[in-house]
Amino acid sequence: MIIELGHFALILALCLASIQAFFGLAGAQTHRAHWMAVARPAVAGQFVFTAFAFGCLVYAFEQSDFSVLYVAENSNSALPAFYRFTAAWGAHEGSMLLWLFVLTLWSIAVSAFSRKMPEEFVSRVLGVMGLLSVGFSLFILLTSNPFERLFPPAPDGRDLNPLLQDPAFAFHPPTTYLGYVGMSVPFAFAIAAMLEGKLDAAWARWVRPWTTLAWMFLTCGIALGSWWAYYELGWGGWWFWDPVENSSFMPWLAATALIHSLAVTEKRGLFKSWTLLLAIFTFSLSMLGTFIVRSGVLISVHSFASDPRRGIFILGFLIICIGGALTLYAWRASKFKSDAGFAMLSRESFLLFNNVLLIVGLVIVVLGTLFPMFIDALNLGKVSVGPPYFNAMFVIPMFPLLAIMIVGMHAGWKRADFSSIRHALYVVLGIAVLAAIVVPWVFYGAGSVLTAVGILLAVAVGGSALIEPIRRWRRGHSLSRGVIGMCIAHFGLALFVLGVTITRSYEADRDLTMTSNQTAQLAGYDFKFMGTRDIQGPNFDAVEADIAISRDGQPLTVLHPQKRVYRVQKNPMTEAGLYGGMHRDLLVALGEQVGNGTWSVRLQYRPMVRFVWLGAVIMALGGLIALLDRRYRTAKENSSAPLVPPIATLIVSGDAQIQAGK
Amino acid sequence: MQWRFVIPAGVFAALFAVFAFVLQRTESGNYDPHAIQSPLLGKSSPQFRLTQVEDATKFVESTTFAGKPFVVNVWATWCVACREEHPTLLAISKQHLVPIVGIDWNDDLTQAQRWLIVLGNPYVATGFDNHGKVAINFGVYGAPETFLIDANGIVLYKFVSPMTMEVWQREFVPRIKKAGGE
Repeated sequence: MIIELGHFALILALCLASIQAFFGLAGAQTHRAHWMAVARPAVAGQFVFTAFAFGCLVYAFEQSDFSVLYVAENSNSALPAFYRFTAAWGAHEGSMLLWLFVLTLWSIAVSAFSRKMPEEFVSRVLGVMGLLSVGFSLFILLTSNPFERLFPPAPDGRDLNPLLQDPAFAFHPPTTYLGYVGMSVPFAFAIAAMLEGKLDAAWARWVRPWTTLAWMFLTCGIALGSWWAYYELGWGGWWFWDPVENSSFMPWLAATALIHSLAVTEKRGLFKSWTLLLAIFTFSLSMLGTFIVRSGVLISVHSFASDPRRGIFILGFLIICIGGALTLYAWRASKFKSDAGFAMLSRESFLLFNNVLLIVGLVIVVLGTLFPMFIDALNLGKVSVGPPYFNAMFVIPMFPLLAIMIVGMHAGWKRADFSSIRHALYVVLGIAVLAAIVVPWVFYGAGSVLTAVGILLAVAVGGSALIEPIRRWRRGHSLSRGVIGMCIAHFGLALFVLGVTITRSYEADRDLTMTSNQTAQLAGYDFKFMGTRDIQGPNFDAVEADIAISRDGQPLTVLHPQKRVYRVQKNPMTEAGLYGGMHRDLLVALGEQVGNGTWSVRLQYRPMVRFVWLGAVIMALGGLIALLDRRYRTAKENSSAPLVPPIATLIVSGDAQIQAGK
Repeated sequence: MQWRFVIPAGVFAALFAVFAFVLQRTESGNYDPHAIQSPLLGKSSPQFRLTQVEDATKFVESTTFAGKPFVVNVWATWCVACREEHPTLLAISKQHLVPIVGIDWNDDLTQAQRWLIVLGNPYVATGFDNHGKVAINFGVYGAPETFLIDANGIVLYKFVSPMTMEVWQREFVPRIKKAGGE
């Protein structure tokens, strides 16, 4: 009964989304205030009914109602309660419902925090988001309905994919979806601006916090996914350039470019049509990600559900959304002219390079992800593009990106003047050069040019990000949250680059067979195999090994890697043992039994790998601080705000050069 | 309207044309990235003669296995998904239903040898396909891929992505039984 209520609620939500789309867009187009007034209540209703539908699905999982097909396929009576909850988004149907729920969450947030914006504009934004909701509700109801009954009911369920029975997985999809779907907000804002034919500084100021918020969730989501792959798969890698990973990384790159381009559009009224295009691209890439993961066109270790019929629907939907948006763009973009100029050495040009390099990186990832499929589809032969392509190609635009960031952060608008900052920059560069020599050759005893360049750039970017906060703090001046956020995010990126460089340069692996009381060495650590025993989990049987780790005779820890066989799906799973710390991780994975009491074991040493996720989290934190900037809340908004905001706003926004230099 | 603003729409139109084409071929059964994309299906399997990974003084030849159904599994040590499917292949080899012939694709010989010693060897023999020539003949898209070849050397089935017990029982076992495997 509950499940039918959920199904019915979803149909009601679809109806309300249609109302929201029609009255939002048509009301604004015909200037009918009473039509536009329908949009907000429709959003609220749609949110309530989608949340109810999602709640019903979760309830069916909690109750282990195996008369529901989706529950029977993805749960089991022995599944622990926590995973019964997360199983709701463990497969295709439920994750699409989660996607829709997140979309309504963003819609209601926009409708609640847009009271200061002009009514017609908000109405258009909500209308566009309503159209997206209609598309996704139809998709769920027509091709992937989680509320379908199974008759006769299954005696027990087929269990959740063992790979997904992990705490990180509880948070990874919701966070990633918050990011993915959040990009629908700048998309809707861009469409509304093009429909209206007007784009000013106020527009950019409204879009910026939404974009930053969505970017923040996407950053956290990708980091969580990477962390999950790192210790759940037990392969010791944190990024595989897998199509599913790439499909979240592509919108991230576009969104990062968008954040930077929006800054120029807000402050200087430049790059307007480019910003619109990026907003369209970012959300298009999010939807393309869904298409890639869900249509089965691309194969991936991570794709758990795919069906070409769904692909047809998503493709049609993509053509309407992206095709429509780009047609509108082709028609309207010429309206958004920018006439302000800037010097070759200015913040504008640094941000332009930033955008160019990020887009080059994006194109590299897009090509590597889609190229094999295209070549194959056109019968031109088979190519395989793996991590070697991505690792080699992706650093090409990233090194110059980091290099220009060191100075670009301190460049002023219109014309940059580095005289006040030159000394501090020299100090930072000096430290960076020293670190690039000392860290590889003194700490690790070996190094390559690539390692040195990586460390040099990481330290220089990190140091450069700290210059401004330290100067202000020493003089007792305050900094706006926008600038603090920017500095923190760039510092996070520096930590990330440092982590990637060190771990890629000095990681070590050993595959070997071990018997009781045998000891093996890796990177100065001793691993002693103490033996194995059988254990029983709630829904799996496992063999657990005890492996003691010591260094120079000092015992450090005992790890318990497991080899699990889940009772229902019969798939063997490796649960790696992990001994972690900021400066290095040690992983032990149990392989196969190769003889009586002899096991194959994989030992892994990953120096500073934690900086990869720490850096990502700090980047996201920077985003959070930036979007709390006062100007997003106090500035009186109206649609006739000037292109270039008054100088007071610039100072509040903490433009370093204007206050310090001029 | 300025023409440069039409470029994005044009690029996307081309992109979607390819997507639609791929999907249409998937729908009509001409192309399935997961299973039967191989034009080899129903045709003779490519012949090969490769250095054996387990013992580099010997060769692995396709003719050795003719006369009975066998399975060809393409793998590599750099392929994380192959690591995932490896335990399943070991379990399959213990069924003694059909011999599994490995093709080690674009790999390092020492690492491949170590892989088989450390993780266990499900293969009757593994050929070292240094330049990926045999893999190209097999139309390999990405490792791992698994082919079922019948007694007459005809490719019966192809599976892309890590082997699971479910796929093995559903797709391979019935075909092997039909083709007269033990």
